[in-house]
Amino acid sequence: MSKILLIIQREFLSRVQKKSFLLTTILVPLIFPAIFGVIFYFMEREESSAEMKTVLVLDESQDFDLNEDDNFRYIPVDGDLDHAKDVFNESSEYGLLYIPEYDLENPRGFAFYTRSAASIGLISDLNNTMEEMIRKKKLEAYSVDEELLDRLRTNVNVTTFDVSEGQEKESNQGLAFGVGYITGFLIYIFMFAYGGQVMQGVIEEKSNKIVEVIISTVKPFQLMLGKILGVASVGLFQVLIWIVLMGTVFTLVMAFFGIDMTENMSQTQNLSNEDAQEVMSLVSQIPFTRVALTFIFYFLGGYLLYGALFAAVGSAVDTPAEAQQFMFPIMIPLIAGIIGMNSVIQNPDGPLSFWLSVIPFTSPIVMMGRIAYGVPAWELALSMVLLILGFLATTWVAGRIYRIGILMHGTKVNYKVLAKWIRMK
Amino acid sequence: MEYTLEAKNISKYYSGHVALEDVSISIPPNSIYGLLGPNGAGKTTLIRIINQIIEADKGDVIIEGKKLNPDHISIIGYLPEERGLYKKMKVGEQLVYLGRLRNMSKADAIKKSRYWTKRLEIDDWWSRKIEDLSKGMAQKIQFISTVLNEPRLIILDEPFSGFDPVNANLIKDEIFRLRENGSTVIFSTHRMESVEELCDHIALINKSQKILEGEKRSIKNAYRSNTFIVEHFGDWSNGQAGFETLDKKSLSENHFQSTIRIAEGKSPNELLSSLISQTEVHGFTEKIPTINEIFINKVKES
Repeated sequence: MSKILLIIQREFLSRVQKKSFLLTTILVPLIFPAIFGVIFYFMEREESSAEMKTVLVLDESQDFDLNEDDNFRYIPVDGDLDHAKDVFNESSEYGLLYIPEYDLENPRGFAFYTRSAASIGLISDLNNTMEEMIRKKKLEAYSVDEELLDRLRTNVNVTTFDVSEGQEKESNQGLAFGVGYITGFLIYIFMFAYGGQVMQGVIEEKSNKIVEVIISTVKPFQLMLGKILGVASVGLFQVLIWIVLMGTVFTLVMAFFGIDMTENMSQTQNLSNEDAQEVMSLVSQIPFTRVALTFIFYFLGGYLLYGALFAAVGSAVDTPAEAQQFMFPIMIPLIAGIIGMNSVIQNPDGPLSFWLSVIPFTSPIVMMGRIAYGVPAWELALSMVLLILGFLATTWVAGRIYRIGILMHGTKVNYKVLAKWIRMK
Repeated sequence: MEYTLEAKNISKYYSGHVALEDVSISIPPNSIYGLLGPNGAGKTTLIRIINQIIEADKGDVIIEGKKLNPDHISIIGYLPEERGLYKKMKVGEQLVYLGRLRNMSKADAIKKSRYWTKRLEIDDWWSRKIEDLSKGMAQKIQFISTVLNEPRLIILDEPFSGFDPVNANLIKDEIFRLRENGSTVIFSTHRMESVEELCDHIALINKSQKILEGEKRSIKNAYRSNTFIVEHFGDWSNGQAGFETLDKKSLSENHFQSTIRIAEGKSPNELLSSLISQTEVHGFTEKIPTINEIFINKVKES
């Protein structure tokens, strides 16, 4: 046992002391907010700098009364379409809108000519303007009063309640969606990043040829476990630093732009006190402690399950390039999990959600997607027990491959060989 | 006598082939024991079993009277054929880590590492990474890591392959010194001539079986063939019965080297006096078979 701790300690220190660890640990929390900041900045600028575009209008129906709006200024032209095109070509205006004589019940034939491809946003704005116009014409034609129509419109807000826990509680689908997706995605990323590190570490020991000295002092299984746990501790440590750093950066940025968080908060409350309180109460409905505890469990369980497999792959090959062929079957369930997440989040209680969140290979990702919606206790228990069994099973299999694989140099390994190693006494 | 190590009827099978078949060896204390045989004979398998890297399918290993168990890790020093170090680790850290894996305390591991690096004059490199070291220096570190725990049983698998001549000599000297201090050494190699002078006991292994074991001197005696190599000026005509000329080479004009076997009942002195009467003798040595020759003979026999 103390030797496993010794190995964990070495794995931890040798990784944490690397310059690259320092670099990623410091840069990641700086780079991500910076990227968001830059994108946000350009979006803001574009919005404010978007200038009014002038559009020529050839209205053959003589029916439209287009007024200047947020995006477009309209200038009518006369004559037929060919003439209008000539005018447009000689002008420097943004586009030419052609409105033919149309049938009110089935309006078609509208066209918009531009010199460069028009953005989807602008086209959709233009569509909306035209639709609104025709709608008004229709209302007139059917002699419907707009006021009457407004009064007919009723707005009902269905509030959703979750009664699965015996007590009614308001639930918010949007928030649950966000929490589920982000935590599930984090686990997915973490398993790839740190699983890959375990594999690299094993290949390094094997190609360094230090491994035989080491396993004459510890059991191969202890070495494998020590490596997996050592990398896990590096991962947890790094995530912890990120959380602290990101929090600090966030607060600093806020302070820099002169936005006082508390002031901001009270402002929103003043603006719509009721709404804000509703949001707050919804946030408090998400079982954060439960989500956090589940996250830690699935994060560790999933990492251990996949970490063992990554270690087994590393032990079977001589170079990272050779590892590719064995990576495929490991990546499939991970990718299936993250793809399945989309449908799971839309239908957290469907059969697909159930199976994906119970099968140990996908459950660490998918269960996180469901957890914020509330999962029946027995399903959660089943999923957790299966994950524990799953990771014991993969660790056992991986251990059997590992103990043989690390001593094999220059042998061509395929799945048949791996199966033989597992069975070997 | 209690042996330092006894392997009793060890067998190891891999699917499709036999690695070791009923091999027994007995290593006396304070000896330098050569485990000799061609590549693929099963030497490394036996050594891995002794180091508890793999388990024997049949048979027992007894070290200092006790059945092989994890406590033995702390009294063994092992230099495998496939050897290496963590390239990114510093010299000192690496030695201390490997020492602690052999059950040394941290303080003791540091103390011994300091002692050995000083002894081999590489203590300036304590805080340098292995990847910054020359190959020769790394080999010294490798050797230190093998003997750091003052092992009572030192196991060296092909110790001189990959080591430069200076380090190989250094290892030889240190090995002798450690033996004087009470350690037992196992050498494993396929280059039999390289360890012939070092070993006092040997075992020959061929095709997963032990074919010969014992004290080197008595084995060599047993394979003596009463053959002598003589350098002489002037031709010698073999007129007497009981002397058989196996080979005669002319080294230069009137200068010969003859290989002569003496029959039972005749002594080397009789041969010598016969030679002196006819020629001027410049050299007279008994032709003692090398381990390699014994091995080849033994393989032919079986």
